[in-house]
Amino acid sequence: MNGGILDMAVSPEEVRHVAWLARLRLTAHEERLFSEQLSNILAHVAKLQELDVEGIEPTFHVLKTLSNVYRPDEVRSWPELREVVQAAPQQRDGLFAVPRVLPEGEDEVSAKNEKDG
Amino acid sequence: MRKMDEGCLTDLSVHQLRVLLERGEVAPRDVHEAYVRRIEEVDDQLNAYITVCPDFPPELENRHGRPVFPVAVKDNIMTRGIRTTCGSRILARFIPPYDATAILRLKERGLYVLGKTNMDEFAMGSSCENSAFGPTRNPWNLDAVPGGSSGGSAAAVAAGEAPWALGSDTGGSVRQPAALCGVVGMKPTYGRVSRFGLVAFASSLDQIGPITRDVWDCWVLMRALCGHDPLDSTSAPGQAPIPPPQSVESLGGVRIGVPREYLGPGVEDAVRDAVLKAVGVLEELGARAEECSLPHTEYGLSAYYIIAPAEASSNLARYDGVRYGHRTCQASSLLDMYELTRQEGFGAEVKRRIMLGTYVLSAGYYDAYYLRAQKVRTLICRDFERAWARYDLLAAPTSPTVAFPLGERTADPLAMYMADVLTIPVNLAGLPALSLPCGFARGLPVGLQLIGRPFDELTLLRVAQAFQQATDYHLYRPVVGGEVDG
Repeated sequence: MNGGILDMAVSPEEVRHVAWLARLRLTAHEERLFSEQLSNILAHVAKLQELDVEGIEPTFHVLKTLSNVYRPDEVRSWPELREVVQAAPQQRDGLFAVPRVLPEGEDEVSAKNEKDG
Repeated sequence: MRKMDEGCLTDLSVHQLRVLLERGEVAPRDVHEAYVRRIEEVDDQLNAYITVCPDFPPELENRHGRPVFPVAVKDNIMTRGIRTTCGSRILARFIPPYDATAILRLKERGLYVLGKTNMDEFAMGSSCENSAFGPTRNPWNLDAVPGGSSGGSAAAVAAGEAPWALGSDTGGSVRQPAALCGVVGMKPTYGRVSRFGLVAFASSLDQIGPITRDVWDCWVLMRALCGHDPLDSTSAPGQAPIPPPQSVESLGGVRIGVPREYLGPGVEDAVRDAVLKAVGVLEELGARAEECSLPHTEYGLSAYYIIAPAEASSNLARYDGVRYGHRTCQASSLLDMYELTRQEGFGAEVKRRIMLGTYVLSAGYYDAYYLRAQKVRTLICRDFERAWARYDLLAAPTSPTVAFPLGERTADPLAMYMADVLTIPVNLAGLPALSLPCGFARGLPVGLQLIGRPFDELTLLRVAQAFQQATDYHLYRPVVGGEVDG
């Protein structure tokens, strides 16, 4: 292995960090596997370093003319709303339910403050 | 293999079915039942469908003589009330509350959904082996892959399990399986067909496209699908509609470039021979063909495997277990819930691409990988723009090989990525391209790829139609597994 490829190697620590950024929990096996496979893929795509891209504009998309498209901000009925909420893995009172975000203590404090306010 | 049988409803193309329906020789329900029977016969072996809708829609019972046709739909296109899984555990029980614009356009024209077809999870793959619902097999050889990611749609059309189908193409996912299964597949110009209701993979590359038995049907479906949609801000306003299909006898005046980089090392000899022979047929029909060069072709794959995973890592952030799809039952905190839901819900290739995309977008790597890849994309676009000064279209193989054996490339992601090396540049440049059958090698179909100028699908359809009028490769049908021939 030459130094160039070594530079591309993604260590298991880096894999863990990237997994954290992507909100993915990986098994120890996946960490080792992705460390090796991502290193191989990055070594392959390093081919792009051969090209001189000085002064070349990037093409983020191919549309020649693109501007933001807006719609009027109007209230309208949404007959599918029930179906939309019902597709959620957990609902309560027509809303999406998620695990508690704040620890119980803090929640009570904020509830109390609201009441006081 | 066998020649198509005109007496067999599931062997016919849709324009042939239309004649029988209009003459009143068969009823829409007969067509429907023939397809459902065919699915029962062969889908245990092929696994082309994730969901089948066996009941004929009662509201279509009396359409005052207007013909109705079934269509198979790749399982990453939203179908109201019909489970749409994206080939993933994370959406295994998801029932969309709306139809994709492409589906609405087809319903307006008398089409209805026959079933949802198998695919590589989130359209990430080239063999249909990355599905959480098991791999689809190639109807021409059950030990070979059908290609991917729209492998279920291509296999279903090839095997007579659907008269036509929709797929989606991000790096070749309509054209490559069409080539490997011996059917016609088209990737429209970026912006031609609305992406509203197509599950987003790489938003600057994705397009929905038709998979059909012949070019005439492809022409009909393209006409139905294309058009501006206010619900997709990247769909092109003011685009010229595609005129109705017509027969094409001569290709006089048509200039074809044959890029040498698409016939180089890595392309199987039998594929190269079949494609050059097909170009010879187009020349006999009056076209002028010559070799040309797209010098940055070899960089396409690398640019794609930075850009597509980067966009995917961002698009797939929405699968968090809150609004739809799978949610872990192990979690006690919100963060745990995100991480475990995604660990349980995504398969290996999807995780690999999310990781790759997150890595190339992360602090310190953005300029070296992502920005550089987007600049290389500019060079690839310029190669094509230069070609359009001299040629009306380009002709090349769709896939460097015929269908490869099941399991051959699953352990080596890079070997799998190579399957799309000849289709990816078209997506990076947003161009239209069509694959059609042009021969066989070792009993497996070879695909000819025609690449056109932006929004000039018509030239591709005309050239492909002329080719099919002069040849009969599209009239062969596979003999599936142990099926008794004739």
